[in-house]
Amino acid sequence: MTSISPEAPLLEVEGLRVSFATQRGLVEAVRGVSFAMGREKLGIVGESGSGKSTIGRALMRLVPSPGVVTGQKLKVGGKDVLSANERDLQGLRGGKIAMIMQDPKFSLNPVMRIGTQIEEAIRMHRRVTRKAARAHAMEALLAVRISNPERVYHCFPHELSGGMGQRAMIAMMLSTQPDVLIADEPTSALDVTVQAQVLAILDDLVSRRGMGLIMISHDLELVASFCDRVLVMYAGRIVETLEASALSRAVHPYTRGLIACLPRLSEASSRLQTMQRDPAWSQV
Amino acid sequence: MNEAIEVSDLEVTFGHGTKSFKAVQGVSFTVPFGQSFGLVGESGSGKSTILRALSVLVRPSGGRLQVAGGPLPLHPPKTFRRRVQLVFQDPYASLHPRHSIDRILREPLEVHGFDRREERILQSLDEVGLPRRYRYRYPHQLSGGQRQRVAIARALVLEPEILLLDEPTSALDVSIQAEILNLLSDLREARQLTYLLVSHNLAVVAHMCDRVAIMSQGKIVEVTDSRHLRTGTFTHPYSQQLWASSQGYFRDPAVLDVG
Ligand SMILES: Nc1ncnc2c1ncn2[C@@H]1O[C@H](COP(=O)(O)OP(=O)(O)OP(=O)(O)O)[C@@H](O)[C@H]1O
Ligand SMILES: Nc1ncnc2c1ncn2[C@@H]1O[C@H](COP(=O)(O)OP(=O)(O)OP(=O)(O)O)[C@@H](O)[C@H]1O
Ligand SMILES: [Mg+2]
Ligand SMILES: [Mg+2]
Repeated sequence: MTSISPEAPLLEVEGLRVSFATQRGLVEAVRGVSFAMGREKLGIVGESGSGKSTIGRALMRLVPSPGVVTGQKLKVGGKDVLSANERDLQGLRGGKIAMIMQDPKFSLNPVMRIGTQIEEAIRMHRRVTRKAARAHAMEALLAVRISNPERVYHCFPHELSGGMGQRAMIAMMLSTQPDVLIADEPTSALDVTVQAQVLAILDDLVSRRGMGLIMISHDLELVASFCDRVLVMYAGRIVETLEASALSRAVHPYTRGLIACLPRLSEASSRLQTMQRDPAWSQV
Repeated sequence: MNEAIEVSDLEVTFGHGTKSFKAVQGVSFTVPFGQSFGLVGESGSGKSTILRALSVLVRPSGGRLQVAGGPLPLHPPKTFRRRVQLVFQDPYASLHPRHSIDRILREPLEVHGFDRREERILQSLDEVGLPRRYRYRYPHQLSGGQRQRVAIARALVLEPEILLLDEPTSALDVSIQAEILNLLSDLREARQLTYLLVSHNLAVVAHMCDRVAIMSQGKIVEVTDSRHLRTGTFTHPYSQQLWASSQGYFRDPAVLDVG
């Protein structure tokens, strides 16, 4: 699969910076990131702490205080996110853009049953009866391979396994039918079989409905085989952009180092290779 | 006596009456001292519940558990808590939101009467690759993988003998993962530690574990060794399916219709 050239890009990001003032100085989480995205699957990989989730939150305008977001351009479907007021933002988050957070159980409401939460999300975006919303919610749970949706519908978040929480979150976000979906480690708690099935659903939304998908993941093999393009992040910046299928031919030493650190099922080794990080990688 | 963990016919039931749900249905396995045992399998199959039962966080509805050479106490004394540490799947939920990283690491040291606390805190941060200045931050000021490393540091700082690790590296980039897995391997060798490791990453399990149980729907369908896990030689069809799916994302048309 080749990437669709973004004619009217779903996302335009130019010079994005995010920083947090802390008692011990300024933390620059994102330090000048630019990219555009069309109706494609864009992977973001990179160092832990390099700013991947923060980019997602900035696109949703959900960077918590005291975070400061600046940039030349931050547009979702042509709409400027940086200057948007609270009402515009609600519209954006409603239909244009949605995010599956990295800590699903933390982002679900802990005192509300799973089914009720999915129904609320559906009813916020579509005018349907309570009964129809319930049917949609059940369908959504089945689609993400919850084998016993009746039970899970009535569960509270703490009663779900890690992977079930992730799937509940995915079901909820999909029922809002966004144009752009940011999925932050959406399948890290899923067994590989269920993971493949959930990825197939996302794949369909991109190819059939023309959704744009940002897939943040540490799973290099998954990103290489699932996404169209990949951004590689290090210390708050994009250090390399690649066709996903060309990930194994990456040239940046950080990306190459990552690939070398992978444990492989096909070969046993007593120690895993680690990385020598070069301070030059984080310089502008 | 040389078994670190002995699980016999474990059953865990949640809820009551018609609403009850049996999450673990007659699971048995043993892990000798100094060995590393992997649990892999279906999401929702009961892996985390087994680790929680071994840490006395849920009460079994049946079966027997032996940990560190004796029956699992109902109200574990402090020494048990130190010897057996659980790294939770969900680091956010397991770290106190209003405590700084420094306090999260210091408190267990104080509770268990450790000396040289300052030194131990710094060492544990170094070990998991977190800059020392991060000790003054709060969990919400960290990235997902940084929080996961705090959870690992908190478990290691108590020098436990038995570590129950629930997806310990799932939020880490592969270079940090490699460092943490090497650290765990070194510690196991140096101190004869016992690991029970849950992971969806078969390559990680094959690298870390001597033996592996494959779980589906509350049961172990098969126990095998890392050599067979690598080659995909199984007896149960579920294991075969799991292994086949681990070879990367391939569009399987059969999957489509149901979605
Ligand atoms: N509220 C905050 N105050 C200070 N620093 C913060 C805050 N939130 C995030 N950071 C820092 O910003 C950086 C980027 O965080 P982010 O969560 O975007 O990383 P990430 O790339 O998603 O990492 P991971 O792969 O571990 O999830 C991290 O170094 C983190 O410590
Ligand atoms: N407190 C609880 N109340 C009710 N049901 C629960 C509770 N905790 C777990 N369960 C159920 O027990 C089953 C097993 O959950 P568990 O967390 O052990 O799965 P897991 O194998 O760790 O899955 P994952 O790989 O997704 O983390 C799930 O169906 C879950 O809904
Ligand atoms: Mg993150
Ligand atoms: Mg679990």
